[in-house]
Amino acid sequence: MVAGLIKHNMHVKRAQLSWWEKLYLPGLLEGLRITWRHFARTLFKRAVTMQYPEERWVVPPGYRGAPYLVKDQDGATKCVSCQLCEFVCPPKAIKITPPGPAGQIADRSNAEKMPREFEINMLRCIFCGFCQEVCPEEAIFLQKDYSLVGLTRGEMIYDKEKLLALGGVHPGIQKWKHKLEAAKEQEVFPVKQN
Amino acid sequence: MAWLDSLSPQTQFVIFTLIKIACAVGALLTMVAYSVLVERKVSAFIQDRVGPNRTAIPWIAAIPVLGPFLVRLGIFQPLADGLKFILKEDFTPAHVRKIYFWLAPAVAMVPAFLTIAVIPFGSTLGNQKMVIADLNVGVLYTFGIVSLAVYGIVLAGYSANSKYPFFGGIRSSAQMISYEITMGMSVIPVFLLSGTLNLSELIVKQSGWHEVLPFVPNWYVFQSPMTFLAFVIFLIAAFAETNRLPFDMPECETELVGGYHTEYSSMKFALFFLGEYAAMIAVSALMVVLFFGGWTLPFFGLDQMAGSVGMGILHIGVFIGKMLFFMVVFIWVRWMIPRFRYDQLMDLGWKRILPVALANIILTAAWLWWRA
Repeated sequence: MVAGLIKHNMHVKRAQLSWWEKLYLPGLLEGLRITWRHFARTLFKRAVTMQYPEERWVVPPGYRGAPYLVKDQDGATKCVSCQLCEFVCPPKAIKITPPGPAGQIADRSNAEKMPREFEINMLRCIFCGFCQEVCPEEAIFLQKDYSLVGLTRGEMIYDKEKLLALGGVHPGIQKWKHKLEAAKEQEVFPVKQN
Repeated sequence: MAWLDSLSPQTQFVIFTLIKIACAVGALLTMVAYSVLVERKVSAFIQDRVGPNRTAIPWIAAIPVLGPFLVRLGIFQPLADGLKFILKEDFTPAHVRKIYFWLAPAVAMVPAFLTIAVIPFGSTLGNQKMVIADLNVGVLYTFGIVSLAVYGIVLAGYSANSKYPFFGGIRSSAQMISYEITMGMSVIPVFLLSGTLNLSELIVKQSGWHEVLPFVPNWYVFQSPMTFLAFVIFLIAAFAETNRLPFDMPECETELVGGYHTEYSSMKFALFFLGEYAAMIAVSALMVVLFFGGWTLPFFGLDQMAGSVGMGILHIGVFIGKMLFFMVVFIWVRWMIPRFRYDQLMDLGWKRILPVALANIILTAAWLWWRA
């Protein structure tokens, strides 16, 4: 048993140092060579450090940053206050106030309503992207902002105006056109497998 | 200046000594602050980083080209660092032994400053010698004072009353005492050759060109193989004595948290820091004086006592330049080789370097006897 253990023990062979190597001189020279190489590279070319607030990391496509509301090509609010995102949101960061029976009507023709208030608490948000995934109107997207700062907790609750302003316009994404294309594809046989 | 001449020689001596002390300490503190900056910058560059490049003083940073350059260089960083140390909370943990805890930083810092007293940092300025105390036994004084530095560290390790600082204190006491012996032994060949313990006279003996080799200054490091060996041993011992990597056993961030100054904060920590860098500067100055010809350069008559104030200032500049070279060596070596293990350090000190130093003494003595 013991013999077996010893047999399978790993023994790392230590290299026998020569007289010259024992003087530490080769080690010193190698150290000098490496440190000088790095020093000269940083001095004459540039450091690998990114100067953060001035230079910023380029966000790759598909990055999940902060969720913002978007407008359509006419500048109208796309959100129809269905509250799916509010229900799906795991940390309960989204709070939607519907317009109510006598509320303001939607500012685009083919929607029945839009939210009176739409708040995302960015301190709660976990950037999971469920809201984007669940949205039937393609009205909320996780965008590229990754450094959200504020001095108070209240400041970190983004309201509808702020979310719309930050989200911008997404004319390329048009739900009804997409729905129509999807419906047309249903007509074709066999059904296209994605 | 007539009123100065009317004073008695004793009063003049006191006045000039006080001025010299003020200037030397001021220069030393400035150099400490900026060697910390150099350390940070050089370390950063070796690690492909940029180092401190943000601190700015509003009006100076607004100067068109110079301002941003100075800011990138981190010139104002030491000011911010100093301010930070003053404004930080000075926390004394409940479990420490208070008296020693307060005493240790001072004890750690003072020896490094006292060492400067005998170092001749220039030839003359007017008719004043550029050394605070021109002792006949300058080197003995230096070694006596340098060996006091260990008390600060040991006291800090003991007073902190917790295990990591204690380990740091223990290690440093063993390390510094061992290498002090080696350090003392290593310089004996130089004194055998020179026949003087006075550091100013030692510098005079290193003036001019080498007797044999062309275009080599007559500095002790080049004078003979024995003195070169003495320099190498002194350099190694200096690293151990100032607790610099690869011999930074007392601090040892990776193993001992912070070593002997783990429990310290704010100004008390700053004093340890100050002491460490002041010790580096003192040892650099000592190396320059003992082995690299002090304030002399062999050309342009820079190896003679200064005849004018301009030459005197130039001599001080030469001295500081040589010293800065050794400071950079101290900083650079930090990244060149990994740290020694504690037992390897003791092995190296007692079994390798000390015998070599002793052999070097005997060899030099034999050579002098044979030559005579």
